[in-house]
Amino acid sequence: MPETANELTKLGVKEIRDGVAGGDFTAREVAESFNAAVAAAAELNAFIVTTPDHALAAADAVDAKRAKGEDLGKMGGVPIGMKDLFATHGVQTTAASHILEGFKPQYESTVSQNLWDAGAGMLGKLNLDQFAMGSSNETSYFGNVNSPWKKDGTNAAMSPGGSSGGSSSAVAARIAPAATGTDTGGSIRQPAAFTGICGIKPTYGRCSRWGVVAFASSLDQAGPMARSVEDCAIMLEAMAGFDPKDATSLQMDVPNWEAALDADLKGKKIGIPKEYRMDGTDQAILDSWEQGKAWLRDAGAEIVDISLPHTKYALPAYYIIAPAEASSNLARYDGVRYGLRDLPDGAGLQDMYAATRAAGFGDEVKRRVLIGTYVLSAGFYDAYYTQAQKIRTLVAQDFENAWAECDVILAPTTPTASFPLGSLNEDPLTMYLNDVFAVPASLAGLPAMSVPATINEDGLPLGLQLVGKPFDEQGVLNAGLAIQQRAGFEAKPEKWW
Amino acid sequence: MSVTREEVAKIASLARIRMEDAELDRMVPELNNILDWVEQLGEVDTSGVEPMTAVIPNTLRLRDDVVDAIPETSGGRRDDVLANAPAAEHGFFGVPKVIE
Repeated sequence: MPETANELTKLGVKEIRDGVAGGDFTAREVAESFNAAVAAAAELNAFIVTTPDHALAAADAVDAKRAKGEDLGKMGGVPIGMKDLFATHGVQTTAASHILEGFKPQYESTVSQNLWDAGAGMLGKLNLDQFAMGSSNETSYFGNVNSPWKKDGTNAAMSPGGSSGGSSSAVAARIAPAATGTDTGGSIRQPAAFTGICGIKPTYGRCSRWGVVAFASSLDQAGPMARSVEDCAIMLEAMAGFDPKDATSLQMDVPNWEAALDADLKGKKIGIPKEYRMDGTDQAILDSWEQGKAWLRDAGAEIVDISLPHTKYALPAYYIIAPAEASSNLARYDGVRYGLRDLPDGAGLQDMYAATRAAGFGDEVKRRVLIGTYVLSAGFYDAYYTQAQKIRTLVAQDFENAWAECDVILAPTTPTASFPLGSLNEDPLTMYLNDVFAVPASLAGLPAMSVPATINEDGLPLGLQLVGKPFDEQGVLNAGLAIQQRAGFEAKPEKWW
Repeated sequence: MSVTREEVAKIASLARIRMEDAELDRMVPELNNILDWVEQLGEVDTSGVEPMTAVIPNTLRLRDDVVDAIPETSGGRRDDVLANAPAAEHGFFGVPKVIE
């Protein structure tokens, strides 16, 4: 690549948008640079398919608009990665599953359409945990995603987190300036923390779920992943908005989050939940949490201790509710309407369903469908599912009570840094614990963000999490910005791919 | 509560997922580990607590009673609907014979 192309891939969303608008470079130059970076990074396995022509066509459209003096849009000239959970018209959409291999949607998801309407282009469809079920990106039918990061002194392949692991890997490796993610129980925040980038899950309902392959509908939310708080604010504005095609879409205007960014936290109270100090949390994580408090105090905020008493029950409740919804949502994969069909010789309809789903779903997906089927079955429904939904009410009430005492909550994003691929595969439960700090905000539908804080003794990134009141993405972004400015996180992975 | 191998086979059958013996053998302890762990939810006193139905208070909207108001979710798109079907025939989804 020419040197200027390399320079362009160092830029984030805001710099690209402003540079294209200002004529410093063309959108086409940006798209060509990132297309080349994507093509040279196959070892990361971050993309399931690449779509360089889509990125170029979008870039040319932006350059043509600029020549005519027209508005370029909020994301004008920015090529992004699209998590392969979003339906994209005519472009294979798999949810990283075999059962949807070859599926080419005849429509475009609302979130991706909003991004194209805002002037963004698509570099490709990003790998993920199959049906977004996983926290390490090891359940994809299309292979593990590698983190660009390595533990100091080792060459082991590290996890980029999950489920949005292709997104986090691509953004951290500078082969995409930003990417879409989805977060059901931490799938934006945990991979962001593992790879030293930012990611925000907005209030439930901000981003339309129409055209997003469904996992657990009462929890699923899309959000941006990028390298700065500002870039997340810009991209979230482009993604969000009321959509009549999603019954749970919020009928509210999208605030101008970018314009209102303000790291001055005078008069704000930051809550520190005592229940998040859990056994098994790395000392380095606890230290970074202390550091985060000091940074926010420095930004003018008052730090207050709060209690979220039902925190420890959030994760087990999640592992009833999410599989229950998944078992229902995934009933649509039947080998009749789209996707894989496995029809053994002489098989009837029922055998065809069972053979198709056996061949098409991975182990983790089957596990969760079985758990969900069990907890919803006659005789067990009340003991498991109803009890979990009552506990979900209690978890949400904990947060409501906390808002009487604070404006934003600060907590770690994850209990540990990234781990080598394959190291947590023995026991599904150990893997689930990765999301112990992320799941409570999901159950309560709250906006929550991870921002990079520091590097641990192994040279791996650690993130801090900010959780806000319903609809207060601004409060979360502002506190995130205050941390970003003080953390001065500039570490990036050494290129090995 | 724990599940037996027979119960897992029954659940798999309800979920329409064919499972070979070896897969069932592997699944039983994994599911029991998870079920043992979620058992702790029983400790919580939830008497008088309403199960959550909507995480963000939101009212169901009524749309105008207009045919084909939203083109993407309206009628007249048979070919789009069938475009990804593994066996589309004569404008329908093809399935194995279900009536003898």
